[in-house]
Amino acid sequence: MKSIAELQAIRDKARERIAVRDGAQDGTRVVVGMATCGIAAGARSVMNAFVDEIAKRHVEHVAVVQTGCIGMCQFEPIVEVLAPGKEKVTYGKVTPEMVAKIVTDHLVNGNPVAEYTVANLMK
Amino acid sequence: MLELSLNVLDIAQNSVVAGATVVELTVTEETARNRLTLTIRDNGCGMTPEQLARVRDPFFTTRTTRKVGMGIPLFRVAAEAANGSLDIESEQGVGTTVTALFELRHIDRMPLGDMVGTVTTLIRLNPELDIVYRHTVDGEEFAFDTASLRPILGEVSLAESEVMEWITANLAEGVTALNSQA
Repeated sequence: MKSIAELQAIRDKARERIAVRDGAQDGTRVVVGMATCGIAAGARSVMNAFVDEIAKRHVEHVAVVQTGCIGMCQFEPIVEVLAPGKEKVTYGKVTPEMVAKIVTDHLVNGNPVAEYTVANLMK
Repeated sequence: MLELSLNVLDIAQNSVVAGATVVELTVTEETARNRLTLTIRDNGCGMTPEQLARVRDPFFTTRTTRKVGMGIPLFRVAAEAANGSLDIESEQGVGTTVTALFELRHIDRMPLGDMVGTVTTLIRLNPELDIVYRHTVDGEEFAFDTASLRPILGEVSLAESEVMEWITANLAEGVTALNSQA
């Protein structure tokens, strides 16, 4: 079984990291649609893929958060990326396989992945 | 919905909107009775008798942004397809309990799917919420409660990635042990 001692060690490590992080500026928000339409279309695995990829690549100042239905159910799972000072980018029909590219190109390097956007899907 | 665990996630999200501080998810598998029971119980704001009477109607929702609410109807269809039923009890100021019954071995029963994924997703999205998960297979129970972790974690959030890894591993171990006994 996973031990409580392990969890205590994790807590102590996290405390140090939080102290560093809290001094930093407001970060980027990755917003995943988690209403019925999003969940039915696969938002749970997309959200978990974002969290895992962000942790794996140690991308700092990014928060993965949820929203409800934004009225474009046919494009779910929908993921919006809101970076400070940048225009909102809305990705549609996102799959877990697309997440690594979005994290690398967009969150790390600042280049939105045009082919995955809702704007591109509507063309 | 491809898995019942996604219906559970969807219904539990309603509890979050209802302002619940505790959500209890229960999975009970009974081979001898050929029954699967899923419950989602919260201590949120609850519903008025009028709301409760209409909640199975897909064209009823408390949202003001649009006119449909599919969560409960989809869960009900999944239960009824497996010769089961959906029941909702709710009281204002007390909370809501949604109970879905299924024939365990019905050919049209959707698979339970990734309950660990549902629980961890709920924790990630709502780290302030306390989540109780109880999974019973023929009397053998695995129980998990985020409230028991908080005194150990102190001010450290459940959503911290290493904490989430620990929780995911803990849940996976517990659920795997249940399934290997069955």
